[in-house]
Amino acid sequence: MTEMLSGGEMLIRALQDEGVEQIFGYPGGAALHIYDAIFKQQRVEHILVRHEQAATHMADGYARATGRPGVVLVTSGPGATNAITGVATAYMDSIPMIVISAQVPHDVIGTDAFQETDMIGISRPIVKHSFIVKKAEDIPGIVKQAFYIATTGRPGPIVIDVPKDTTDPNEQFAYEYPDTVSLRSYKPALKGHFGQIRKATIAMLQARRPVIYSGGGVVQGGADEELVKVARLTGFPITNTLMGLGAFPGDDPQFLGMLGMHGTYEANCAMHHADLILAVGARFDDRVTNNPEKFCPDATIIHIDIDPASISKVIAADIPIVGPAKPVLQGMVEALEAELPNHPIDSASLNAWWRRIERWREQHGLNHDQRERRSESGELLPQQVIQAVYRETEGDAYVTSDVGQHQMFAAQYYKFQRGRQWINSGGLGTMGFGLPAAMGVQLARPDATVVCITGEGSFMMNMQELSTCMQYALPIKIVNLNNQALGMVKQWQDMQYGGRYSHSTYRDALPEFDQLIRSFGHHSFSASSIDELDTVVAETFSPALKNKLVFINAYVDPDEHVYPMFIRGGSLEDMVLSKGNS
Amino acid sequence: MMRRLLAILLENEAGALSRVVGLFAQRNYNIDSLTVAPTEDPTLSRLTLLTEGDDKKIEQVTKHLNRLIEVVKVIDLTDGAHLERELMLIKVRTEGGGHREEIYRTCRIFRGTVVDVAPDSYTVQITGPTEKLLAFMRAIGETSILEVVRTGVSGIGRGDKIFEL
Repeated sequence: MTEMLSGGEMLIRALQDEGVEQIFGYPGGAALHIYDAIFKQQRVEHILVRHEQAATHMADGYARATGRPGVVLVTSGPGATNAITGVATAYMDSIPMIVISAQVPHDVIGTDAFQETDMIGISRPIVKHSFIVKKAEDIPGIVKQAFYIATTGRPGPIVIDVPKDTTDPNEQFAYEYPDTVSLRSYKPALKGHFGQIRKATIAMLQARRPVIYSGGGVVQGGADEELVKVARLTGFPITNTLMGLGAFPGDDPQFLGMLGMHGTYEANCAMHHADLILAVGARFDDRVTNNPEKFCPDATIIHIDIDPASISKVIAADIPIVGPAKPVLQGMVEALEAELPNHPIDSASLNAWWRRIERWREQHGLNHDQRERRSESGELLPQQVIQAVYRETEGDAYVTSDVGQHQMFAAQYYKFQRGRQWINSGGLGTMGFGLPAAMGVQLARPDATVVCITGEGSFMMNMQELSTCMQYALPIKIVNLNNQALGMVKQWQDMQYGGRYSHSTYRDALPEFDQLIRSFGHHSFSASSIDELDTVVAETFSPALKNKLVFINAYVDPDEHVYPMFIRGGSLEDMVLSKGNS
Repeated sequence: MMRRLLAILLENEAGALSRVVGLFAQRNYNIDSLTVAPTEDPTLSRLTLLTEGDDKKIEQVTKHLNRLIEVVKVIDLTDGAHLERELMLIKVRTEGGGHREEIYRTCRIFRGTVVDVAPDSYTVQITGPTEKLLAFMRAIGETSILEVVRTGVSGIGRGDKIFEL
């Protein structure tokens, strides 16, 4: 016998049938029928946030750590609009997410009703797709389609707008969850074109100065293993984008570090001088290419991407391959294994290429022992903090970040070992992302060490979630690189605006962080010297505090800049390497 | 910049058209004209969209259109032999002396039809490629034109080839 359920109950039941364990949300008038349906069941746990933006970042962190879609539930009007920043964040980084926004009842839509806003219209440019529920019977089918679209092809956020009348508890319908989805207009590529993969492989075997450039598509596509195989079979140098870090082990000698605006000298120089670039799941973002006119002038470009619209959007691909990273790279491994006996790699050229790269690395590579460095003012350096956290967590923590200098220092100095370990807002660059994202990760991975590397500017954008952390006992470790300024803005003002710090400082108006954190019921330490740092970091990650949220307020040198840095309008090898040295 | 006429098959659903229009705004592409109506299959709408761009730009536009879930199929009609038609309703001043007869003659030359008559004006219906419509307006002369409404271009490929699912 089929069950009879109301629209609100069908919605929650459909989430159960999708295997959803946790949703992140905030109730309100239009959502109350749905919340009542949540109350009456046990299988889907609802996490009550303090602001809807945080709910979306939590769902986002959850999705990035697990590969499963994050689910958000918000009410109409301000609930929906508060969620928008998180939807845009997920859209830019291709993160699977389902945002269920309640809506005013159908009969008042368009009348400027209380808490009414056109969520479908507002979210249109930043969703992969959206649905508005016309009648309750459509709910199971819409949920099924939403999950299918969010998680297949190039993943992305889906909005389901649910007018209150379609969740009315007094109207019940026969519930049946569909087994399959068929959309005539949506057929994502499931594998790459064999001929193109073979063509790419042949080009790779003929290359003399090759570089593998991989991005978030490898992480999202779970293709780390295949990427490592291609790198091992060929011996090619490899660099990752900000979104791609972790897909290749960060401490491996074959790894050149991150490329791009704040990428390593050796990664950017290798890209610029390469004769072949194997781009996998990366989209030639402007933070990677610098001036596209001057980008990699000698290189044959192989571009593997799941989204045809990413290929040749910025840089023309010589050998495009449309498909998910995993099967395409697996096909490439097979093609390489077949071809290598007949067309061995030109090892003399590759060795010479490696010697050039090693020279770049020796000349201007990142200083991996910053402990010995002293800033002019004698203050703690932000890089030292990241290195201390890296050592203490043995490179094994999930690390989320906010946006700014601390994000770049984390990307440069924490050597990630696996995909999904490094979680940050790369595309949209959303300050306030780090803490809620870490909460989503911790909820998905209760036993893992989860570190949020942040700055006081970003942290203050969503710090209300410390209360949520108390409610759900989330033992996140927050590392606040406190330079008492909007560091990256200030750095640009130093470099491009003659040091005129227009609205980038607030030194005398900052809270006493230790007291602030303690008032939320958590632990907090401050550190302003390297010795204090060592003690505090050791204590933070000690077994005694394993189950506690701990905040490290590290006072760091406010004048430190992130280097290397692109010279605007230049090629990849045009970089500023330190203050006054380009 | 080349003039491009795209034909798009779209799910005939609420909100689908706004995604297409929104895409052009978001990606900084132009829409010069747009026509849309259901096809013989009521679940599908067909759009004819006039824009401009070089090959690279049109490739991107096409890819982004295809990315929209409700877009079923896209072709660039300007890639091959095709027909274009547009309909114009134009209200023309007919005051004084022989002016009324002259307007009527011009209208016949262009195979237009007078669809409404008033003491001092004619309303003329005229169909054809955009060029013909513009030529008619030039022939009538700016000072005689009172009001113009055009549908925008509809396009179809020539020959047996059919644009379908």
